[in-house]
Order: sequence, then structure tokens, then C-alpha cells
Amino acid sequence: MAYGPARALPGDQIAITTNPDTEPFWDAAKAHRLTACQCADCGHFRMPPSPYCPQCQSRNKGWPTLPGTGTVFSYAICNKNPKTGEDYVYVPVVVDLDGAPGARLNANVSGCEAEDVHIGMKVTVDWTAITDGWVLPNFRKV
Amino acid sequence: MVWKNQDTCAIVGVGATDYYRRGQSWPRTINDMAGEAILNACADAGIDVKQIDGFAYYSTAGAGYLDKFDTASLMETLGIPHVGFSATLTSGGGGCPGAIGLATAGLMNEDCTYTVTLMALQQLPQHRLGVVFGASAPNPENSFLQPSGLVGPGHLMSVLARRHMHLYGTQPEAFREVVQATRANTHNRPKAVRRNSLSNEEYNGSPMLADPLRRLDFCLETDGAVAVITTTMDRARDCRHKPAVVHGVTHGGQREWGRAFAWMGMPDPHFASSGHQYVADRLWEQTGLSAGDMDVALIYDHFSCMVLMQLEDYGFCAKGEGSDYVLSGKLRYDATTRGGTHGGVPVNTHGGNLNEAYIIGMTHIVEGVEQVRGTAINQVKDAEFALVTGGPASLPVSGMVLRRD
Ligand SMILES: [Zn+2]
Repeated sequence: MAYGPARALPGDQIAITTNPDTEPFWDAAKAHRLTACQCADCGHFRMPPSPYCPQCQSRNKGWPTLPGTGTVFSYAICNKNPKTGEDYVYVPVVVDLDGAPGARLNANVSGCEAEDVHIGMKVTVDWTAITDGWVLPNFRKV
Repeated sequence: MVWKNQDTCAIVGVGATDYYRRGQSWPRTINDMAGEAILNACADAGIDVKQIDGFAYYSTAGAGYLDKFDTASLMETLGIPHVGFSATLTSGGGGCPGAIGLATAGLMNEDCTYTVTLMALQQLPQHRLGVVFGASAPNPENSFLQPSGLVGPGHLMSVLARRHMHLYGTQPEAFREVVQATRANTHNRPKAVRRNSLSNEEYNGSPMLADPLRRLDFCLETDGAVAVITTTMDRARDCRHKPAVVHGVTHGGQREWGRAFAWMGMPDPHFASSGHQYVADRLWEQTGLSAGDMDVALIYDHFSCMVLMQLEDYGFCAKGEGSDYVLSGKLRYDATTRGGTHGGVPVNTHGGNLNEAYIIGMTHIVEGVEQVRGTAINQVKDAEFALVTGGPASLPVSGMVLRRD
């Protein structure tokens, strides 16, 4: 099926909320720095950030700077803007993050036709300004 | 190891309202419909509503998606004099048959004698599930999911289906066959919402809502209520119908599945699965049975792809072979022989959530009961064992084997 160019959803429609466990991720995103929550004791990555490391139960967190690249793990192709119902082609992707084994982000991908998105496709982070001054990591085909 | 409470309890009454298309049950209220389902279930069991003294819910006692059941309110309006057990499984529709296990726990603990399990659903415009996920600013956890535009459960499920297609070569025609095979079971069911046979053309013309899933891969949106009554085996034999014996029932799941498509962190092979592996293994261990011993399978079908993945998780076929299994016609019910076809076990002889009605899994329990009673509309000949499963979603999910008495 031919869908045409994949676009990220408009940032002015997107809101997020944070809590003390997740806020460092979003603070880094504001500075266009992609990170993931890492256990400061055993090094295990987890996303979304949560209070405890599931491997060793430590509460100590680290927020390393990741390369900002990743691989599409799976995706869907959608064709309606969820807020307005208007025709709008976007591709939600689940991305395995380079440098953070086991950590994934759910985002939109752009830079290619929707029907060309595929599992295993390499992507790089693409920052989208959203409401309340936050910044969302989306992805673009490498 | 055999379950200590095997065959100690049974479902003795089933009751339902009419099934309405989404939003069309108004001006009835949720408790009006819940009450009718309970009273009908009592009549079916041959007991008085005043004998009800237990409530075992699932979906966190959710009535639909935003309302909650409240035992006290139901006692107040139905005149139930006292209750010794009122509890719920957590999360959502995945716990549906698991709630019968919860009822069994109350009964075996002698907290209660006749226990109601219930679901009522009414989607007024402001209550629609598809937009519940996307309506408000997401919470901190969901802020890692919702901005991607995965706003409804069908969108989320399509991502899992895509991975399954990638890993195993699963064909989109297999999703179609799930819908067609189960649609073929509703033509003779007066209460079913969709009764026409489904052609390839009609399916292929159905809008692609979240590629690879079409609108017809999504279940119905129904208003209505269903209640069932569980009691101990000694009491069950005094009821009106033959008991549907609770032979095994499990709920729960493993961390690799966890919040599932509200998370998307599942490692392979759990990602492209129904998340039922753990409860399925326990169910077969509890009963000493396996998929091939089932005479009929009532598989929770909120989305066609999840039927295929549950068939794998319960062992009707090997992991990754769901597409071939489905496409070989093994889900079909043959009215002539009153059995399966191509060596399969008939699936959703009532039409399921996709075709008959969607009351968050309760219709599957009703069909399981009717099959082992021998009174189902699409009766499987000499049905002894019926498998009933609860919706793949955030844990707990659940499964149950009902046995003919
Ligand atoms: Zn750790």
C-alpha cells in the first residue's frame, strides 16, 4: 500500500507529564541530549525510568549520553491524526536504542515513505518541540 | 501438580442483557443492565438473588472502562442481605476467566456460597475506549508511549502483529481467516451483532486503521451486561442445569510481558506473543491436559492477531506456526459433524468479541458453560472440556478449563 511520506505528529498537540523518576530524561531531551535510565550500580538499562533497578533493586540511577541512534524493532502505519481525525500519515516505531541494551523508545519516524519503514531500519534522533517547553525524541531514517 | 481445588466449584448460572451497539443502551444505566444480568443468572441457576453472598470481579471491578462496580450499590438495589466476599483481580479484561478462580478462592475459604462475576459495558460518547487512552495528558509512564500516536489498543496491538509477521512470516490472510472463521458461527445466533458471512472483498475493503490491522480485525463495541454465578460442587448439583465444573483456572503472567503494549519493552519471543505462556503452562500443569484435549476453545478476541498468538501460547500449534495453523482451516466449526475441521479445535463457536458481542470476555465464559452443559447453539458433539481465555493485555491475563459434569 502506498501511504506517502511519514511525518511526526505535530508537537503542539503533544503533552507529557513527569515525576522525579522520569524528569532527568526529559531535562536531557530539552538540551537535545538522548539518555536512558541506567542502574548506577550494575549498569542495567531500563525504560521508562522507574524507581528500582529490576536486576539488583538499587535506587541509584545514571543518565549517560547515548549516541542518539537506534534500530526499528517494530512499527505500525497510521493514517489519521489522533487528535483531529484528519488524514495524516504517521508511523509509530518501537526503537532499540544504541548504547543502551534492552532500552526502547516509542516515537514517530520521518525521512522516508511510510511504506518503506521496516524492522531493522537504522534511525537517528530528531527532536520535536512539544507543549510546555518540553522536547520529544522522535527519529529520522539514517 | 494437580490443583487442590480442581472440580470443587462450578458455574451454575449465566445471564445477560440484550447486546446493543455502542452507545445505544441509553437510557438504561450500568446498574440497570448489571442487575438484569444478575437476575437472569439467578433464574438460570434456579436460586433467589437473596442467596448471592459473594462478588468476584476482574478489571479492577471496572464496569466498562471508566465506571466501577460497587458491591454495596448492587446489594442496595437488588436486596442482597449480606456479603462475605467482595474482591477483584487487577488490571483489565485479561482477568476475565481468572475471576472465576477468585470466586473459587472465596467459596473454598467458606466466605460465601453463591458468587457473582459480572461485567457491564456502556460507551456513551464520553466513555469510548478508543479515545480513553488519548483523551488527556498522559501520566509519567504513559508519556513514553502516547506521544507516538499509539492512542488506542488496536494501534498498540498492530505493533505486536507486525513483529510476529517479521519473525515468522505470518500472513495478513491469517488475520482475515480468524475473523471469517468465527463470523461463520453467528448466522444462527439471534443476539449476535454481526451475522452476515464475511467475504474476502468485504474484509479487504475494510479500512486499514493501523497497518497491518483493519477495522474488521478490531472487536465490536457493544453495550450490555453479562453475569455468571459460581458455587461449590455440592450446591451446584441442586441447581437447574448441569454444572460447568471449574477444572482448572490460572491468572498472572511473567515480567517479560508485564505491561505489554503499554510498555513495548518485551524481549523476543514475548513481544510477538499474547503474554499467556505462563498462565497457559500453569493451566496445563494444573489439569494434566493440553491444547489437543480441548473440545472447544473460547479465545479472547479483542483483535484478530491475538487469537493467533494465543493459539501458539496455549500450544494448539508451535510458536511461530500460528499463521499456517489458522490458514489450514483449523479454527472452523463444522455444523454437519458438530466438530472441528482439518484436525483443529473449533474456536469461538459463539462468534466472539469480533462478531457476536464484546462484553470484555464474559460471552466466552457463557459459551464455555453452554458447551459443557450441551446446550450451545453451535454445540460441539460430546464436548467435555472447554478452554476460556482472557484478553492479552497488561498482567494479569488468565485462562480456565471448564469440564462437563
Ligand atoms: Zn542494578
